[in-house]
Amino acid sequence: MVKALRTVGKYIILMGRTFSRPERMRMFFRQYMKEMEQLGVNSIGIVLLISFFIGAVITIQIKLNIESPWMPRWTVGYVTREIMLLEFSSSIMCLILAGKVGSNIASELGSMRVTQQIDALEIMGINSANYLILPKIIAMVTAIPVLVTFSIFAGIIGAFFTCWFGGVMNAVDLEYGLQYMFVEWFIWAGIIKSLFFAFIIASVSAFFGYSVEGGSIEVGKASTDSVVCSSVLILFADLVLTKLLMG
Amino acid sequence: MIEVKHLHKSFEDKAVLKDIDATFENGKTNLIIGQSGSGKTVLMKCIVGLLVPEKGELLYDGRNFLQMGKNEKKILRREMGMIFQSAALFDSMSVLDNVMFPLNMFSNDTLRERTKRAMFCLERVNLIEAKAKFPGEISGGMQKRVAIARAIALNPQYLFCDEPNSGLDPKTSLVIDDLIHDITQEYNMTTIINTHDMNSVMGIGEKVIYIYEGHKEWEGTKDDIFTSTNQRLNNFIFASDLLRKVKDVEVQNIEG
Repeated sequence: MVKALRTVGKYIILMGRTFSRPERMRMFFRQYMKEMEQLGVNSIGIVLLISFFIGAVITIQIKLNIESPWMPRWTVGYVTREIMLLEFSSSIMCLILAGKVGSNIASELGSMRVTQQIDALEIMGINSANYLILPKIIAMVTAIPVLVTFSIFAGIIGAFFTCWFGGVMNAVDLEYGLQYMFVEWFIWAGIIKSLFFAFIIASVSAFFGYSVEGGSIEVGKASTDSVVCSSVLILFADLVLTKLLMG
Repeated sequence: MIEVKHLHKSFEDKAVLKDIDATFENGKTNLIIGQSGSGKTVLMKCIVGLLVPEKGELLYDGRNFLQMGKNEKKILRREMGMIFQSAALFDSMSVLDNVMFPLNMFSNDTLRERTKRAMFCLERVNLIEAKAKFPGEISGGMQKRVAIARAIALNPQYLFCDEPNSGLDPKTSLVIDDLIHDITQEYNMTTIINTHDMNSVMGIGEKVIYIYEGHKEWEGTKDDIFTSTNQRLNNFIFASDLLRKVKDVEVQNIEG
């Protein structure tokens, strides 16, 4: 318990150092653009791929499991949309990104720590937390709404794919279900949730990487711990945010 | 000049530095030597501010580093350059970008002026041809030279080198030693080198401080080492047959 509280305290102190005015704005923007490419643009491929297949699989599963003469034909499209909007494209996608992006951040910062690159920044009089972590958090928070939107579209295209090429159901019925009782707020709720998850992924992973002490084994451990911790926190935050936003 | 007064540092009740007093002179290469685990790296980290000592004073030309505020420390740090054991180059940046990094962070010069200064520093360490390469693409000796170029980019007053010859062959070590020595005199810097390379001690040890189990055991010049009667120092420096023979010859020369 004491160890957990100490870790939380260290995390808060690190965030305090991170959220300060950047030394040089031109250097901050250069770092920000680099992180946008590394954390955001480089994640588009995996987001599209996973979302496409999950959208397709959800459609097939719903069709197979709830098909009944008593159920309207638009149900499949309706349920697919709700799952993609409310949970998959925000929460589950962020869990996947916690694995990809989180481990990337933790191992990058951990390697910089053990090879004394962070010490080199400190010696130069640079706030290393601010220089290294803030662009990652800002980049992640700004990239995530785009990734969530891409994920929703890819999932819906995947659903249509099963109709056009798999013959699972009529595409017109799917389209009707996708549009049936559409609530715009659900998209905003998904994006709002993802902003919190993006902050969790970037800040928690950065904390584990930045705090590494030792060598390559500790870097690997920090990478694993960051993914586990981010995932648990995302699940917990999902519960609280869903209650607050959809309540 | 850097003065260290009554410096104490411990980790979880284990005293690593015990009442260290030392003066590191301007325009000279000051060497801290000692066995592995003797506390010399901790001393270096305390001097540069990476560790905070429990007790003592740390004066940079009369300015007490330990009593400085955050902003004062930040300004003083711009007068420091450091060469790490692992070179600590930013591996996502090219050699030129590494040298330009401190200039980009702190200099108000134009891009052209900053590039010119970085190129001058690279030329000083004979590495112009490697400017577009990344740290992973150059040798260990070249990495150390890039680290030297980066350290001098902002014309520092104080240069710190943590085992600069670690992992290098003897010939490259001599090149690095000579470079550090020449730069120290050229820029009239206070240079502190942490080493257990005896070639460095004999070559550029204008002032040598020997740390033994966390306290200062001996202080003098490289020439004083040959006539020192300190048994611990002699056991450490002249551990090999070759160095014992060198000592005999040197002592004969001094007596003759």
